[in-house]
Formats: sequence, C-alpha cells, structure tokens
Amino acid sequence: MYVAVKGGEQAILNSHKLIAEERRGDTEVPELSLAQIKEQMQLAVDRVMTEGSLYDRDLAALAIKQAQGDLLEAIFLLRAYRTTLTRFGESEPIDTSCMAVRRRISAAYKDLPGGQVLGPSYDYTHRLLDFALAAEEGVGAPEAEAAEAGVDESIPRVTDILNHEGLIEEETALDGDAGAVADLTREPLRFPAGRDLRLQNLARGDEGFLLALGYSTQRGYGRNHPFAGEIRLGEVAVEFVPEELGFPIELGEITVTECQMINQFAGSAGRPPQFTRGYGLSFGHCERKTMAMALVDRALRARELDETVEYPAQDEEFVLYHSDNVEASGFVQHLKLPHYVDFQSELQLIRSLRRRHDEEQQEAAE
Amino acid sequence: MDAAPRSAAPQGDGQSAPGERDPAQAARRRWMSVLAKAKLNELESAWEDLAQKPAYDWLRRPEVGMVMVRARTGGTGGRFNLGQMTVTRCALRLASGEAGLGYVQGRSKRHAELAALFDALLQDEGRRGELEDSVIAPLEASHLDRRTARSRKANSTKVNFFTMVRGENE
Repeated sequence: MYVAVKGGEQAILNSHKLIAEERRGDTEVPELSLAQIKEQMQLAVDRVMTEGSLYDRDLAALAIKQAQGDLLEAIFLLRAYRTTLTRFGESEPIDTSCMAVRRRISAAYKDLPGGQVLGPSYDYTHRLLDFALAAEEGVGAPEAEAAEAGVDESIPRVTDILNHEGLIEEETALDGDAGAVADLTREPLRFPAGRDLRLQNLARGDEGFLLALGYSTQRGYGRNHPFAGEIRLGEVAVEFVPEELGFPIELGEITVTECQMINQFAGSAGRPPQFTRGYGLSFGHCERKTMAMALVDRALRARELDETVEYPAQDEEFVLYHSDNVEASGFVQHLKLPHYVDFQSELQLIRSLRRRHDEEQQEAAE
Repeated sequence: MDAAPRSAAPQGDGQSAPGERDPAQAARRRWMSVLAKAKLNELESAWEDLAQKPAYDWLRRPEVGMVMVRARTGGTGGRFNLGQMTVTRCALRLASGEAGLGYVQGRSKRHAELAALFDALLQDEGRRGELEDSVIAPLEASHLDRRTARSRKANSTKVNFFTMVRGENE
C-alpha cells in the first residue's frame, strides 16, 4: 500500500499566512505593541513567565502577541525558546525576607508587625464591569496615593512569629545546602520525589490544574485545614556567583509572589502538635497560583507526615505527571496529527469483528 | 578570544567565601550590583558624560544566557529551582590593563557592555573617587528613588484598624 506523504507544504504555508492575517485582525485598528502588552497586560505576562519558567517580560510579551493571547501557547513558545540559551549557572537562593514589599496580607492575624498592606489587588473591587475603561478617550494617567513614608524596610514573616512559640514546624535547610538540588530541566521526574523536585514542578505547573486540585483539598479530598498565613508580593534581588569572580553579585531584581499556608497539626509521641506548612512561590504577581501551589504542596506532604494517601491531590505521581500544561497540551493535541495508518488498522479490525458478529448471529438463527 | 577571563577577578583571592570578603571585594560587589540594576538610558548618559572614554578589547563578547533562580522552601528551608531568568554577560580589558565584567539581568548586550566598562574603570583607583560621585552614587540614588516611590504607594494601602466600642449601656 502506498501512503501520500507529500502535498501538504503549500497548504501549511498558506495556513501560516492566514494565521498571520487573523492575528493582525482588522487593520483599521492600530497594531498592538510589545510595550503595551508588557505594561498593560502584566498579569498575563506574569503567568507566562511563571509557567514558561523564564523571567523575561519582553519575551513573555512577544510570546503573548505571537500566540494571539493564547497563554498556554505563549508558555509553550517561551519554554521552547529557553532551550536555545546557554545556562550560566544557578543563583544564590533568593531571600524573600528582604523583599521590597508592595503587598502583604495575613488571614491569620489582624494586627501584626509590618501591618496589612493591601497593595495592588482586585480582591476589594466589586467585580462590576467598569465602562470607564471602554471610553474612547481612555483612562488618562491614573495616579495612586502615596504615603509619607514607604512600607517598613523589614517585615517579619508570619511563620517566624509562630516559630518563636514553637507552634509551627521549622523550615531549615537540613543538609546545610550540601546536597544536590533536583532539576526538572536536566533530569526527568523520579519517584518518590523530594520536596525540591515537587516545588519546581508545581512552580511551573498549570494554574488551572493546581487551582482545581487545591480546591479539591478544601472540599474534603485531602483535608488539611489551611489558613493563608501570609501572602507577599514585591521585588527581590537575585545574586549570582560568576565563575570569574568567586563571590556573589546582584544581577538585578525580580518580582515574586509568595504564599505561606498554615495548616493543621502534626505531632508524635516525641513531638508536641505543631502547625504544618505549605509553600507557594511564583515569578511576578500570580497570587491565585501561589495559593493553589501551597495547598497542593501541603497535600503532597501526606507521606512525610504519616497521613493516608487517598485523594488525587495527595498522589504525587498523579499530580506531578499531569501538572505541566506544555506536556499535557502536547499529548492531547497530538491527536490532531495524521494517524491515517493507525486508523486503517482500526478499520480492518472493526470490519472483521462485525463480520464475525454477523456470522455468529446467522449461526444462532439457523 | 572568548575564553573565561580568570584575570577579571579582583586583587586578592577570588575564591574566598562571601562571608569573609575583603573591603575591595565588598566595594566591587556594590558597584557591580548598582550597575546591573541601573536603567540602560541612565548608563548611556553616564557614558556620554564621561570625559575620557577608554579603548578596550573583548575578553568575552556579550552573550545572552540564563541563570536558574533558586529559592528556599518556606523562605528559610531547603533550596529548590524556581525557574530561570535571562542574563547577559561579557568581559573586556581596557588598554590600561583593567579587566571589567558585566553580568546583568535581561538581554541587553549594551547594558552588559556598559556595566563591564564602568566595572573596569572603577578598578583604577585614580578614577574611582570621581566615578563613585558622578556615576555610582547617582545610579544608586535613582534606584532607591524608584523603590521608595513604589513603597510609598504600597504604604498608602496599609490598613489602619480602629476599634469600635459597643454594648455597655451607651
């Protein structure tokens, strides 16, 4: 049997031209610039950087434009671009206690050192469509209020406050930073996965998937009774030790969102009950993502905390194998690729099954 | 020559741990950080304003790459890989002999180049004082201004709780 393997080139070329035209849309409307996406679609840029696992606002904006606003496609583009770059090395661990805080809230304490700083958030809006944004003349240049002074230079972590009383499990580097750090960009997933591998996977995992899993734990599928101990947003310096220098220098600053989830207790004969933790961290302002991540991080600690693993959010193979939207999207969408030969064999099979079925029916009738 | 310029290390032991850095190292660390965090247009105008612009050769031409950003579990625990960031690096040597290094966030080769040039110039003790006053201090102040402006806006959203008295036969 001969199979046509050529003939699609022109059609594909023309499809590229068609998508280019569709992406541009009505040419009466001014073309979108990368600067506009970067400045006015910041939360989309943040999601693409976080799940694309590459902090570069310009590239994320380009990916969003190229993908016509399809964020999963943009994430895929950024992941693919990453593979073309040399890796210079690993940064020193960022220190979120030295963050230049722009938002910091705690649902566990009302009054706390550093206070509740609402920052830029939609949480306190009415979620009514704002037709002022639709006005022809635009919104002009809205100006925020500015306090006399800035936010406190150093804002203690809520978890550190609880730590003083020993009420929450301590989080320390047990190996004194001696061990290797798992890295998904260099080795495939392996089980049982350490928390380092799990957190890297969750950090670039799909927000929708993690949101649903986090939600499932709240609804009883892996209950761990969470409180948003602290959420903070702001800028942190990234330090790196160049091979030529041997001492750390700052490369620049990145925006991150951090969520410390405080959960119900664990204890043992030798240890009094303590709150347990779940951790979420993202590039940019991805608050929903970091909260979901912290819930799932906590759920995935079931084994370590001697809890029964009975629900999807607690099952690390299930979670970690399905969290990546680049892989998931690739495998689901590969179904669109030609499966002509596969399908031919399926056709032969079903025809022979039907023949046998007919023959058996006839025999039964005789 | 694109070989790694080991000679770009400062005087003294480039391998010493961050905790025991000498004053020269601390000074270089500071100005390199300031140069990395500066805006490109600020660096360009500082370069424009420079009286004697030095001649230089590349030790490593500007190269765009990535650094894996690490974080700690819970902020204080074991390390994990959060994701990567774009970084541009380069190294050059002035005609006068000083080697400068640029390592800056993003993909601007010009930013890395200017950072490396000023890094080299600042190693010349004869020029350091003047460059500190005319370039580094203003860049640092400008970075701090941006940071303070953001922080003051954030602080305007700080909640001031007040207590209401209730009950007790008012």
